[in-house]
Amino acid sequence: MSVLILIDHADGHIKKSSFEALTYGADLAKQLGTTAAGLLLGTVNDDLPALGKYGITTVQHVNNESLNNLDAQVYAKTIAEAVTATGADVIVISHNQTGKAVAPRLSARLKAGLVAGAIALPDTSNGFVVKKTVFSGKAFANIGITSAVKIISLNPNSYKTVAGEGTAEVKELAVTVDAPKVKITNVNKVKGEVPLTEAEVVVSGGRGLKGPENWGMIEDLAHVLHAATACSRPVADTHWRPHHEHVGQTGIQIAPNLYIAIGISGAIQHLAGVNRSKTIVVINKDAEAPFFKAADYGIVGDAFEVVPKLTEEIKKLKGV
Amino acid sequence: MKILVCISKVPDTTSKISFKDGNKKFEEAGVQWIINPYDEWYALVRAIELKEKDPSTIVHLITVGGADTEPIIRKALALGGDEAIRVNAVSDDSFYVAAQIAEIARQGSYDLVFTGKETIDYNASSIGGMVSELLDAPYISLATKFELDGTTATITREIEGGEETAEVSLPVVVSCAKGVAEQRIPNMRGIMAARTRPLKIVEPAAIETLTQVASYELPPAKAGVKLVAADNVAELVRLLHEEAKAI
Ligand SMILES: Cc1cc2nc3c(=O)[nH]c(=O)nc-3n(C[C@H](O)[C@H](O)[C@H](O)COP(=O)(O)OP(=O)(O)OC[C@H]3O[C@@H](n4cnc5c(N)ncnc54)[C@H](O)[C@@H]3O)c2cc1C
Ligand SMILES: Nc1ncnc2c1ncn2[C@@H]1O[C@H](COP(=O)(O)O)[C@@H](O)[C@H]1O
Repeated sequence: MSVLILIDHADGHIKKSSFEALTYGADLAKQLGTTAAGLLLGTVNDDLPALGKYGITTVQHVNNESLNNLDAQVYAKTIAEAVTATGADVIVISHNQTGKAVAPRLSARLKAGLVAGAIALPDTSNGFVVKKTVFSGKAFANIGITSAVKIISLNPNSYKTVAGEGTAEVKELAVTVDAPKVKITNVNKVKGEVPLTEAEVVVSGGRGLKGPENWGMIEDLAHVLHAATACSRPVADTHWRPHHEHVGQTGIQIAPNLYIAIGISGAIQHLAGVNRSKTIVVINKDAEAPFFKAADYGIVGDAFEVVPKLTEEIKKLKGV
Repeated sequence: MKILVCISKVPDTTSKISFKDGNKKFEEAGVQWIINPYDEWYALVRAIELKEKDPSTIVHLITVGGADTEPIIRKALALGGDEAIRVNAVSDDSFYVAAQIAEIARQGSYDLVFTGKETIDYNASSIGGMVSELLDAPYISLATKFELDGTTATITREIEGGEETAEVSLPVVVSCAKGVAEQRIPNMRGIMAARTRPLKIVEPAAIETLTQVASYELPPAKAGVKLVAADNVAELVRLLHEEAKAI
């Protein structure tokens, strides 16, 4: 019995969501009285033994560069072989774009029950019951996994990373890796920005900002907060902002520590993508905007006056 | 070319979410049911567009559900599609549902299986991946563009902080997100035509389940918003720093 955690990476670096998954997997191993190992497919430039500080004892490494591109079919087969080789019976994967492609395939391959989008450690007092978000963040379900091997995909930003002491032993794992059937022909990434799903702070703008030319103040505020930028659906639909910034029911679901909504009314479909944020700040000139009901802090006022002031005050706080 | 589009029935996005029977069951009373938006707006419309381009294309819709899913699948047929299949089973286990779909997909030798990116009630984003594994076919998740040239698909998908484009030979399973197509409104002709299109009912295959819903819960209510005056932005920053510890 042991816990195996997929270490996801891009551009040579391990993703922040994987540190959360490692911490979660190590805590789960402790709860189950067993050990936790990381599983790295492909190559990274990061220090692998140092991952021991998240509580794992081993990093199982399939050192094959073809795995630096994601082909879910190849990934699932490779992970399944690693599961067999290590005898793991709980597998933890981030519920990010990689996890959404890979975890269900692995589940079907291993006939291992999957809880997709977990937000807490399982309750193992009577079975193996994992809490996940349902109804786009409006409720939770506790799902029992009844199969022998279990898979949990963990929502990004829902488990706190804890780094302690310790080094992990890196073991090269010899498994056969199939040739990918999916050929990646183009990658289009916004450089230098914080990916929305990994961001601790998100500054988001809606139709209240009147037009794309007014996003400078949103970006300035995001910059001082090291935040990612997001937007409501009509803003992406009218191409004021790129589609990958659209949050909500039909966009991306996020759960940052801080979500600042500016000129967004707070329609239920918008809230569905952001209501798991720990702290919500709303800036809207209409005191009746529904978003205030879901907010922790709010300012009723004109964004064009409030936002530049907010940026200045945060600069003061940070001494920049 | 044969395309299978997976259609699921979900509560309308504005539905009040509550539970009954000691929080073990979703309260369906008063809930308006709709086609899962991702299935309707993106997966189904893209399949119809492919058929419009190449009329020899066959589009079948599939749902795994009880008789109460029929109005939903009829509504989907009003947008397009040659025939619908309902696997007569109700389950909240993703593997069970996916295995039923895979069974039909295998028997029908489909070149393309489209799903939505996720259901807006269960939010698993799992069925497509499971179906692809059971069919041993490639899987492209969270597609934002889908082009077909002969038997090669060129698909753009979401990755963190951007998009990537991939080429793959059919058969392939694709989960569809925003961008793949534009939402359409069914017209009268489609609604009339849908009545005559076949809706086949198939009994489920014997499949094990791997998960089980134990209970539901609602999040604790928010304490209520603390309003700060617009001319006192410094106070907001102080609260965010000292009280919420968010900055
Ligand atoms: C099935 C379905 C799915 C959907 N999915 C999504 C989704 O994923 N994400 C999403 O966002 N929406 C989604 N929507 C749309 C949603 O219902 C709303 O229409 C949308 O969120 C509104 O966007 P908005 O708040 O930017 O614009 P509006 O509703 O127009 O609100 C603009 C706000 O700005 C305020 N404002 C105006 N001027 C100023 C100013 N100078 N300073 C401060 N405030 C100002 C106004 O008071 C108003 O509250 C969906 C709808 C449906 C039916
Ligand atoms: N009961 C069902 N019948 C047919 N298709 C389904 C069913 N449930 C889910 N799907 C499809 O699988 C997609 C992803 O669902 P899920 O994995 O539940 O988030 C949906 O968008 C549908 O296309």
